[in-house]
Amino acid sequence: MTTDAMASPSSTVRPGLLSRALSGTFLPVLVVVLGIIAIWYIAAISMNSTFQRSLDARAEATPTTIEFIESTLNQERPVLPSPHQVAENLWDTVFNKKISSKRSLVYHAGVTLAPTLLGFLMGTALGILLATIIVHVLSMEKSLMPWIITSQTIPILAIAPMVILVLDAVGIRGLLPKALISMYLSFFPITVGMVKGLRSPDKMHLDLLRTYNASSWQTFWKLRWPSSLPYLFTSMKVAIAISLIGAIIAELPTGAVAGLGARLLSGSYYGQTVLIWSALLMAAFCAAMLVALVGVADKWVRRRMGEKVEAGS
Amino acid sequence: MTEPSLKEPDSSEKSVIQIDDLSLTFETNDGPVHALSHIDLSIAEGEFVSLIGPSGCGKTTLLRVIADLERATGGTISVNGVSPEEARLHRAYGYVFQAAALYPWRTIDRNIALPLEIMGLSKKEQNSRIAKNLDLVNLTGFEKKFPWQLSGGMQQRASIARALAVEPHLLLMDEPFGALDEIVRDHLNEQLLKLWAKTNKTVVFVTHSIPEAVFLSSKIVVMSPRPGRVHDVIDCGLPRDRTLDVRETPQFLEIAHRVREGLKAGHSYDD
Repeated sequence: MTTDAMASPSSTVRPGLLSRALSGTFLPVLVVVLGIIAIWYIAAISMNSTFQRSLDARAEATPTTIEFIESTLNQERPVLPSPHQVAENLWDTVFNKKISSKRSLVYHAGVTLAPTLLGFLMGTALGILLATIIVHVLSMEKSLMPWIITSQTIPILAIAPMVILVLDAVGIRGLLPKALISMYLSFFPITVGMVKGLRSPDKMHLDLLRTYNASSWQTFWKLRWPSSLPYLFTSMKVAIAISLIGAIIAELPTGAVAGLGARLLSGSYYGQTVLIWSALLMAAFCAAMLVALVGVADKWVRRRMGEKVEAGS
Repeated sequence: MTEPSLKEPDSSEKSVIQIDDLSLTFETNDGPVHALSHIDLSIAEGEFVSLIGPSGCGKTTLLRVIADLERATGGTISVNGVSPEEARLHRAYGYVFQAAALYPWRTIDRNIALPLEIMGLSKKEQNSRIAKNLDLVNLTGFEKKFPWQLSGGMQQRASIARALAVEPHLLLMDEPFGALDEIVRDHLNEQLLKLWAKTNKTVVFVTHSIPEAVFLSSKIVVMSPRPGRVHDVIDCGLPRDRTLDVRETPQFLEIAHRVREGLKAGHSYDD
C-alpha cells in the first residue's frame, strides 16, 4: 500500500486521519460490509413478510409499505432478525451486563474460549509430536498416517457426545472433555503441515549438516525446526479456528448451560433467533481475533528470523 | 580443537586422497548409469586440484564420494589414510557447495557458528574463529547482517569462511563461483589463491571453466562423460604468487590449450 507516510517516514507532516483511512484496506472492507448489511436487510424483509402479513390480517390492519417494512424488521421472533436487532442485542449483552453475569455474552464467550485455547495447545503439541515421529521413523508414515486421516473422516458431531458421555462416566467433567474435542479437530492440520515443514529443508542444507557429522537431534533443532516454522504458523491459523468450532460443538450434546454453544442451543429451544445470531457473530469475532493473534505471533517470529521486511506491510 | 600446524609449505608428497579403480553405478529405472568408471587419482598434501569436464562427467559425483555424500560401488578410496566415512566423522574436510547454502534465519556470524556449535566448541573459541575467518574472506563488519542483505559473491565468501572455520586441512569446493558473474568471479579466484597460499590447505575444486581451472590449480584433472572417467591429468607449473595477469602468458595459454584439447577428445559429440 502506498501512502506518503511510508515514502517519507522522516517527514513531520502526517497526513490526516481521513486520507490515511481511505488509502488503506479500510475503504474496500467498508464497502463489502455495507454491501452485506444491505443484502441482509433485503433478505430480512422478504423472509419475515409472510409472518407479518398474517399478523396484519389477524389484526385487520392495513399498513402502508413503509410501516409494513418497518414492522418486518422489528418482529420479536423473526425468521431472520435484522442487523440492527442483532447489533442492539450484541451491544446490550456485551456492554450492559456484568461480565460475571450469565446474561453477558462476554461471559459465555469466555466459557468457550478456555477449552478452545487448551484444546488448541494440546492439538498443536500432539500434531508436532506426530509429525516429528512420522518424519524420523520411515515406517510410521505408512502405519500412522492412514489412522490420522481416518480420524478426520468421522463426523465430529457423532463422536463428540460419546466422548463426553464416556469421560463423564469416569468422572472427567468440565474443561477437559471440551478441550479434547478441540484437540481432536486441531491436531490434524498441524500434523499435515508439520510433516511438510519438517521435510522442507533443501538437500544442500541437509548435506551440509552431514559433512559436519551432525546428529539427527542437531539436524532437527538447527535445521528442520526453524525451516518448518512458516508451515507451523499457517497450520496454527487453521487449527485455532477449528478449535473454537470443536469447543462449541462439545457444548451442544451435554446441554451445557454456559458457553456460546449453549447460547445457540437455548436460542433455538425458545425460538430466540436474535439470540442465536448475536452468539454466531460473537463466535465469528472470537475466531477472527484468535486467527489474528496467531498472525501477530507469526510476524513477530518471522521478524526475529530475519525475514526481509516488505515495504508497505 | 587445537591442531598444531605441522606442515610448512611444500611438505608435499604425502598423499591426502588416494583413489584406485573407483567406480560408481547408479541403478535407475532405465538401467544402470555409470557415473564414475575406473578412476585412479592421487592428491598430495598442499595441492590445488581442479576437476574439469562437461556436465555429466561425474566431477561433482567424484567430489561427493570423497566427502562421503555418495558411496562408491567399486574400487578403493582413502581420505587422510582412512575411509571417506571415517574422514567425515572426524570432520576432516570443509565442503563449499554450488550455492552459498547459508541458513536464511541466521545472521552471518551465526551461520559461521553453525559447524562450531555442532562440534561443541566453547563460546569463546567460536567467537575467535568467527572473527578470524570473516577477516580471512574480508567480511569483517558484516557479522550481524542476514544473508539476503549480502551480494551473491559476499554470500559465497561467507560460506567459504564457514567451511574454513572447521579448520580442516582439506577443502572440497563444488563449482563455488559458478553462479557468479565473471568480474566477481575473477576477484574471488584471486582471493582464493591468496587464501590457499596463506593457509596451505589441500583443495579439490570442481569447475567447468577452463581459465578458472588453469589459473587456480597446481594440477588439473580433465574428465569425460559416459561413463565418467579421467581423461588427462595436467600438472601446471605456474608460480605460486601469480596474479590475474598470468592469464596473458604463453605458459598459461599452453596449459589452457591442452585442457581444451583434452575436453574435446573426451567429449562424445555423436549423441
